[in-house]
Amino acid sequence: MATSSTVMAPLSLRRPNLITICAKEAKYEFLKNLRYPMYSVSTVVFPLMFYVLFGLVMGKQMIGHVPTTVYLIPSYGTFGVMGASLFGTAAGLASDRGLGWLQVKRASPMPAFAYFVAKIVMSLIFCTIVVLALLAMGYAFGGVHLPAMITAKLALTLVAGSLPFCAMGLAMGYFATPNAAPAFINLFYLPMSFCSGLWLPFMFLPHFIQRIAVVLPSYHLSQLALDVVGAGQGHPASEHWQALAGFTLICMGIAWAGHQRDQKANG
Amino acid sequence: MSTVAALGPLRSQAPQKQNFVAQFERVDKNYGPVRALADFNFEVRAGELVSLLGPNGAGKTTVIKLLLGLAKPSAGHLSVFGGDPASTDTHTRVGAMLQVGRVPETLRVGEHVDLFSTYYPNPLSIAETLAIAGLEQLRERKFGDLSGGQKQRVLFALAVCGNPDLLFLDEPTVGLDVEARHLLWQEIRNLLQRGKTVVLTTHYLEEADALADRIVVINKGSIIAEGTPAEIKSRTAGKKIRCVTQLEVSAVRNLPEVLDVQRDRDATIIHTSQPEHVLRQLFQLDLEVSELEVSSAGLEEAFLALTSDSADAEISSRNRKSLSAH
Repeated sequence: MATSSTVMAPLSLRRPNLITICAKEAKYEFLKNLRYPMYSVSTVVFPLMFYVLFGLVMGKQMIGHVPTTVYLIPSYGTFGVMGASLFGTAAGLASDRGLGWLQVKRASPMPAFAYFVAKIVMSLIFCTIVVLALLAMGYAFGGVHLPAMITAKLALTLVAGSLPFCAMGLAMGYFATPNAAPAFINLFYLPMSFCSGLWLPFMFLPHFIQRIAVVLPSYHLSQLALDVVGAGQGHPASEHWQALAGFTLICMGIAWAGHQRDQKANG
Repeated sequence: MSTVAALGPLRSQAPQKQNFVAQFERVDKNYGPVRALADFNFEVRAGELVSLLGPNGAGKTTVIKLLLGLAKPSAGHLSVFGGDPASTDTHTRVGAMLQVGRVPETLRVGEHVDLFSTYYPNPLSIAETLAIAGLEQLRERKFGDLSGGQKQRVLFALAVCGNPDLLFLDEPTVGLDVEARHLLWQEIRNLLQRGKTVVLTTHYLEEADALADRIVVINKGSIIAEGTPAEIKSRTAGKKIRCVTQLEVSAVRNLPEVLDVQRDRDATIIHTSQPEHVLRQLFQLDLEVSELEVSSAGLEEAFLALTSDSADAEISSRNRKSLSAH
């Protein structure tokens, strides 16, 4: 009994490496979602399916001065990274919060930010997979031939541009309940996609919707991606990046408010 | 005499605070208008298993949340290992088994344990953790494919994997069959033997009786009784008479010295502190009374007596009578 827990002695506690913790957390977050077809398959298959139906099956046409098969990679790419980010962060966070798992994590020595880093990294990986799948489909069956630098820039723009949607997902996750989360997410995801010209190309949308699009992050990201292949509306890239940055800050503010609300409710 | 003094100061002379793993000093906890804890004073001593008992809404969950740093006190002071319960440093010495609605289902048992072990500076090996929780065969099974009892064992594994000095177990044997429950009790006893400290909340009074060094009975945010299981049982110096009788429950209840009467299928159970008195009347009123058993009130009766307001008044009035008799 003499050697039982030395209570007051200030031990120099060797804490595990933060990077190790984040890496493991991200690894298991990825595996967890990979093995959940409702996320992993939907995230990749739906954008691919739309691309095949509207890009390949509809035959060789032009949208503006760019072939359809080229135009649809940035637009469905935006749709894809948006879905991967929103469903990757919001649904998991709502469920963990509502059903007590987050409390178990908070009671453990896991540093809080590891949880969020893992969700973001996992989303980024799936965004990359979606983008690469679309590019592969376009190259293999759509006769797409873009220079390597353009392809790389397109992929990077889409993946980096998914971060504002991670922030949006976290904001939503703090206010959604576990059962309502998927519906809640779709309530924003689908109209935003349509009004940003991700399905019906932007130039074919009615004027009043085109005017709304300016407040939508999905519009700004799709324009940045379309610019890379020369099919954008012609606004300077800095405008779009600024809009995305502003949107990200707003979402982080909402997420913070949700976090504080949780703290108050729990004590 | 001098040789004894030469051995050095007695250990009991060391300051009391040295042995407190956790301490509540005059803690209040309010959720808006609701008073969850009121002027709560409580310590957890090193190496003990202390069990919190109380009805729903008594404040047990609030105590655990405060000790884990998941909630902050509205007033008063609270420390775990002498420091802030919410800090990561404190958490590296603590393991918790909480009641959870959902655990990620697509991860395997071994993966869950691996991840949680990574949070701690000196965890047990995965194999050792799985052995303690009886999960060696289930290492590669996905959490969603486990039975209810197996899921409980995974939560237990996550609590012990970091080799913590202080363990919180919130209703740990819910959903376990008798054999699994007793295996888990044995594991908890092993942990205590290794010098760990355990705070246990349970509704199974048999469990508190079997495991606890000390029981703390809580009701409506205050401690109403504290002591070893034997001490708590002796608080209501009561006996239980079980028999088969033709007498109506209401008739038996009206007999003097009868505290309470219940029916258990065809048997009648009488709670009284004067069994001989009641038995004499029973034999007179019902010549055919049969299947007679007289036993000590268990922890269940003591607990019910302590947490019912009328019983509180009765006990205090009985105490007053016995004090005045001295």
